[in-house]
Amino acid sequence: MWTSFLIAVVVLLALALVFGGLLGFAAERFRVEGNPLVDQIDSLLPQTQCGQCGFPGCRPYAEAIAQGEAINKCPPGGESTIKAMADLLDVEPQPLDAEHGVEQAKRVAVIREDECIGCTKCIQACPVDAILGAAKHMHTVIESECTGCDLCVEPCPVDCIDMVTLEPNIRTWTWTPPKPNLIATDRQGAST
Amino acid sequence: MTQLWNFAGGIHPPENKHQSTTRSIQQAGIPERLVLPLQQHIGEPAEVVVNVGDQVLKGQVVADVTSGMGVPVHAPTSGTIEAVEQLPVPHPSGMSDWCVVLKPDGEDRWTELSPISDYKLMDREQVLQIIRNAGIAGMGGAGFPTDIKLRPPRDRKVETLILNGAECEPYITADDMTMREHAAEVVSGMQVMAWILRPARCVIGIEDNKPEAIAAMQAAVQGTQIEIAVIPTKYPSGGEKQLIEILTGLEVPSGGIPADVGVMCQNIGTSLAVSRAVFEGKPLISRVVTLTGEALQQPGNVEALIGTPISYLLAQAGLRPEQLNRLVLGGPMMGYTLHSDDVPVVKTSNCVIAATAGELPAPPPEQPCIRCGQCALACPMELLPQQLFWHAKAAEFEKAEHLNLFDCIECGACSYVCPSSIPLVQYYRYAKGEIRQQRAEQLKSDHARERFEARQARLEREQQEKEQRRKERARAAAEAQAKKQAEAEQAAQQGEAVDDRAAKAALVQQALERKKAKAAKTAEAAAATPAPSQETASPDTTGEEQALPDIEALEKQLMQAQGKLDTMQGMLEEARAQQADNVDKLERAVAKNHDRVQRAEQALADARNVLAEQTGSAASE
Repeated sequence: MWTSFLIAVVVLLALALVFGGLLGFAAERFRVEGNPLVDQIDSLLPQTQCGQCGFPGCRPYAEAIAQGEAINKCPPGGESTIKAMADLLDVEPQPLDAEHGVEQAKRVAVIREDECIGCTKCIQACPVDAILGAAKHMHTVIESECTGCDLCVEPCPVDCIDMVTLEPNIRTWTWTPPKPNLIATDRQGAST
Repeated sequence: MTQLWNFAGGIHPPENKHQSTTRSIQQAGIPERLVLPLQQHIGEPAEVVVNVGDQVLKGQVVADVTSGMGVPVHAPTSGTIEAVEQLPVPHPSGMSDWCVVLKPDGEDRWTELSPISDYKLMDREQVLQIIRNAGIAGMGGAGFPTDIKLRPPRDRKVETLILNGAECEPYITADDMTMREHAAEVVSGMQVMAWILRPARCVIGIEDNKPEAIAAMQAAVQGTQIEIAVIPTKYPSGGEKQLIEILTGLEVPSGGIPADVGVMCQNIGTSLAVSRAVFEGKPLISRVVTLTGEALQQPGNVEALIGTPISYLLAQAGLRPEQLNRLVLGGPMMGYTLHSDDVPVVKTSNCVIAATAGELPAPPPEQPCIRCGQCALACPMELLPQQLFWHAKAAEFEKAEHLNLFDCIECGACSYVCPSSIPLVQYYRYAKGEIRQQRAEQLKSDHARERFEARQARLEREQQEKEQRRKERARAAAEAQAKKQAEAEQAAQQGEAVDDRAAKAALVQQALERKKAKAAKTAEAAAATPAPSQETASPDTTGEEQALPDIEALEKQLMQAQGKLDTMQGMLEEARAQQADNVDKLERAVAKNHDRVQRAEQALADARNVLAEQTGSAASE
């Protein structure tokens, strides 16, 4: 009777050791560097690097969200980004926190070139190197690279940078959803 | 008899084709102004290659695409380039795009043409280049550059070349009339394309509601390998994927192109344009357009120059403006409403419907979906229109994409059968647009992240380099300090030696100077014997001036040496008094210094003697 008891203990112990070793090996062998959740959140953020969320860039905010920060602090991303993050993190989507700004149409910075004094301050402020120029030479914004983050407007000593809303052109135009059309009976009800 | 297959779904809307087939194709003539949009094809917009005010000939290139995909734009008649500006173009948005405005001179003079008599003697690449330079882009509606389409991927052999003569959409008869009147040209164009592609089978698919076209084409293909397939009338059998399925039984995979299953589809109008480009050397400057609708007195087909304003065509066809309710470009199923009739005919415009209010009434109000499933039965792509509608309406675009939204060909069959009159296609178009926009934004944000990270890395690297330089500088400074200190210590130990050397160097220097002065003087004396005395006086003064500072320096050295000797003797006495262990060293140093002082005194005395001699010799002179 004791032998069978011992056999059971030994077998279970051996199994525990084997699987423990296997798990330990797997944990070492297939270790994931960094936090994959941060990468996923970061890929949802609009990458304007504007800092309106109160963090110095999109990645720091993504890291903070992974640590439990609120997901509604990104005005450039707006509702769609909040929704996507809520889906990812399985939390309730919240309305955009107005404290950090409001959602705006896509904008780009435009330098009024004849007023530019070539101080390079905006070049230093631009997080994506979208401003071209050299000291004492006129600067200009590479429109396709500009994320519309606003960060160059403040440092300009002569206020020659405008944020211009991008109007849709014939190449960026898309179909609008059908207008919510009231059915005939509702329309009668609405008019009276 | 060709074996035919069937495709799922489909509808049978009223054809309304008879109105525009009563007349033969008319020449629309030359309007007062031609507006040539720079982008009439898929790809990059063409760049203008003429200047405002230039005279151009019919068929001359006015804009070309230099980089990327695209085809050139030609002048449809001879005239003057009046402007290059943003003007309304045929587009569902009603927006403007860059256009070249040509004012015809009425002479209609051709530029030099180079027709090919026997294309089979040429290289295939050369023929493709002719097709490209003729500005030919798919004339069925999409406007994909034909020369690029005729270059299928290397690993995809085109087994079947199909010419799409189905023209399934109601009202449109442009291809029908083209086949009736230009059958021989259409066939020869197809032969050129077949020669380029070398398919095993060439087939022209024509719906059975076009008996005249079928007869004309059958006559034209006599003696060729091309077969005519008469297919049953059903909308949308003229859809590329549907026609391929009807004629070959093959399905184009989701997200793929017909070349993936070894098939290529070309349009009737494209074939005509290829024929004209190769055999006549004429670029694509006109096309057949159907003008129809109850608001027109003489509906029919016209051959219009590219760039002809639609208002000009409608006036020719006898438009009754008071009856016009809606102007549609394209067919009633897939076309779109034009915001104005002031837009030009482009390479892809096949039909203009000037509809009265009774003909194409405003869509009835949308009612809730009753889940009847009619749309799923009608869908030729076997999608789930109802599910796609829910997701598009709820802005759940990802789910719509999972249900193969992008396989939707926007044929409108689902909207047509919907008993709740839901504008389903508009929802799908909206969802597709949103998804494309999101993808573009995702790409842009990935790009921005890359740039941001690159900038961060650069700033960090610069910071590190700065730090590195700072550290290096600090180390260099510390080393220099240490060296200096070591030298100072060394000097303190054998300082006299250094001073000794300095004194010797000074002596040598002095001797050299003296010698030089002497040499100069003798030379001067030799030269100056016949010369006046005031001239000889000057080298003397210089000689004295050279000698004098030496004596001063020597005096200084002597003083310094003596001062040092005094301090050292003081230190030695102190050390002796304190019984310090450096007495020996100090004694030796004092002795050395003593010698030095003596030598310096000697040197000074020598120098003084020399000076005395010099002054003496100068005086004797």
